[in-house]
Amino acid sequence: MIVMLMRRILLGFITVCLVSIIIFSGIEMLPGDACTQYLGEYQADKELLEQCRKDLDLNRPAHERFREWAGGAMTGDLGMAVDGKTKISTIVGDRVKNSLLLAFCAMLVGIPLALILGIITGLWRDRMPDLVISTLAIFAMTIPEFVSATLLILVFSIWLGWLPGIVLTSASAPISEFFPEILLPVIVLSLVMCAHIMRMVRSSVIDVMSSDYVQMATLKGVPYWQMVFRHALPNALLPAINVVALTIAWLLGGVVVIEVVFNYPGLGRLMIDAISDRDLPVVQSIALIVASIYVCVNLAADLLTMLANPKLRTVYTRK
Amino acid sequence: MAQAITHQFEKNRALTVLKDLVSRPSGAIGLSLVMFHLVLAIISPYIAPFDYKLQNSSLMLSAPDAVHWLGADHLGRDVFSRTLMGGREALLVTGIATPLAVIWGGFIGILFGLVGGRLDEVLMRVVDAFLSLPWILKMLVIIVTFGSGTAVLIPTLAFFYGVPVIRIARAATHDVIARDFVWSAKARGHSRISIIWRELLPNVLDALMVEGAMRWSWMLLAFSSLSFLGFGVSPPTPDWGLMISDARGFMSFAPWGVIGPVIALSSLIIGINLTADALAKALGIDRAQKAPV
Repeated sequence: MIVMLMRRILLGFITVCLVSIIIFSGIEMLPGDACTQYLGEYQADKELLEQCRKDLDLNRPAHERFREWAGGAMTGDLGMAVDGKTKISTIVGDRVKNSLLLAFCAMLVGIPLALILGIITGLWRDRMPDLVISTLAIFAMTIPEFVSATLLILVFSIWLGWLPGIVLTSASAPISEFFPEILLPVIVLSLVMCAHIMRMVRSSVIDVMSSDYVQMATLKGVPYWQMVFRHALPNALLPAINVVALTIAWLLGGVVVIEVVFNYPGLGRLMIDAISDRDLPVVQSIALIVASIYVCVNLAADLLTMLANPKLRTVYTRK
Repeated sequence: MAQAITHQFEKNRALTVLKDLVSRPSGAIGLSLVMFHLVLAIISPYIAPFDYKLQNSSLMLSAPDAVHWLGADHLGRDVFSRTLMGGREALLVTGIATPLAVIWGGFIGILFGLVGGRLDEVLMRVVDAFLSLPWILKMLVIIVTFGSGTAVLIPTLAFFYGVPVIRIARAATHDVIARDFVWSAKARGHSRISIIWRELLPNVLDALMVEGAMRWSWMLLAFSSLSFLGFGVSPPTPDWGLMISDARGFMSFAPWGVIGPVIALSSLIIGINLTADALAKALGIDRAQKAPV
């Protein structure tokens, strides 16, 4: 179990390292650098360009700079933004907190709801509740986030006037100030998340309910609900954990759009701004943070499945 | 002779799958929505009542009436005509990029699934690393550098959306290669190429077809999100994402600007998803178990 765990952590670490190499070399390969951006129209002046590159340490070979950047990132020092004055870690810190707040609230609403709906639709497969909920789930899942966000703003903040349609709180404000502005973004995000997870739980429940041991339990005369909760659900929910993790990571892309729609001061909006300004050091840092979050979520999911399922703890010996 | 028989079989199978697809309500509805949008994209320039870029300042943000069915936008352009034509660019770009993504991702996936070993392990780590970055970040970095023209968007979308296909194709290859019919083909002494072509490919293709349909819908989502954020189609070309983004600011007193493009975009994406769902069921592939990466 410990060996297995170490292996997973090592794999996660390798993935993060690979990501940082991909990000760094990808950005390195693109035409233009921080200096051509910073100087703008003055970049035709070779001397100025040379001086700027010297100041920002850009004339050293790429692998040396990568080593330095990666070394700094490990200790939490992400370097300077393109203006050369602000530390990236200070800009990013608040934004990460805000995005995590948004994601956490959405998970708090979305995951329990998804489990309940998934179990209901799985148990009453192809009957009325399933058809209705599954159809709604397809709508929630496939409609782009900006479309559902726009519709919800139209209904809840413009027509009904119940909830604020835009976030005006500043990035560094304490968490309590984000309510009730955060509610609409949370609803949109949890809607998408819920639909994805629900579908997976549903098919997993259907799988387990049609398995031999459930039939056996039924034949033995185990009461229906006892069988569902004691025998079927624990096994049905296990595979869902990993899928949930992957879904959450995938939704990070959607979070960006939601943050822009609601003007929410999170990591996603910072990313859009940094990309538009071609502030490449900030883009690199954000990419690294997001990738690390992805790897951590997956790791946590693996760990959870391993804890819940004794069978998986010995997979390592297969080799 | 043998060739003719397989050919006949394949043809019948495609027809059977299509029949199965249409007999399911989700398939019938989905397929007709998709067909409707495809036909509309082709004929819309001829049936649109007004010029999509004709600005009429006296009509600015006017409400729907008998002449302008969906009113006019903030520049006084006819929203109905623009909604009719708003899917053309998106369908063109994603329609070309989807097959490209499936082909290159499928090819690499099958190849590495067959080769296996160290190389395969390394490739999968790289694919994992690639997938851990959100799509929007990867797309935006490219677009900001190279611009957002069709010539940039098609290869970029095709490249990024082909990466997850590698995984699917590899998994499907591993799945098929362990089956008995591959062993019996080996035992019959078929050549490697013939096994790949006759036994492996037809079976992997099922998974790839469903995957392609899903890629298409996600690409459309990505494309319209990019347009919405201002990184996609450039004005005055009509595009649903861009139209929603433009009309959003005036939503409190002119909500009709959003409703047309919202319905159009949603119906197309839902149509594709319903079709993909029905296709997966008709081909006997369980889609819901797979994560959307």
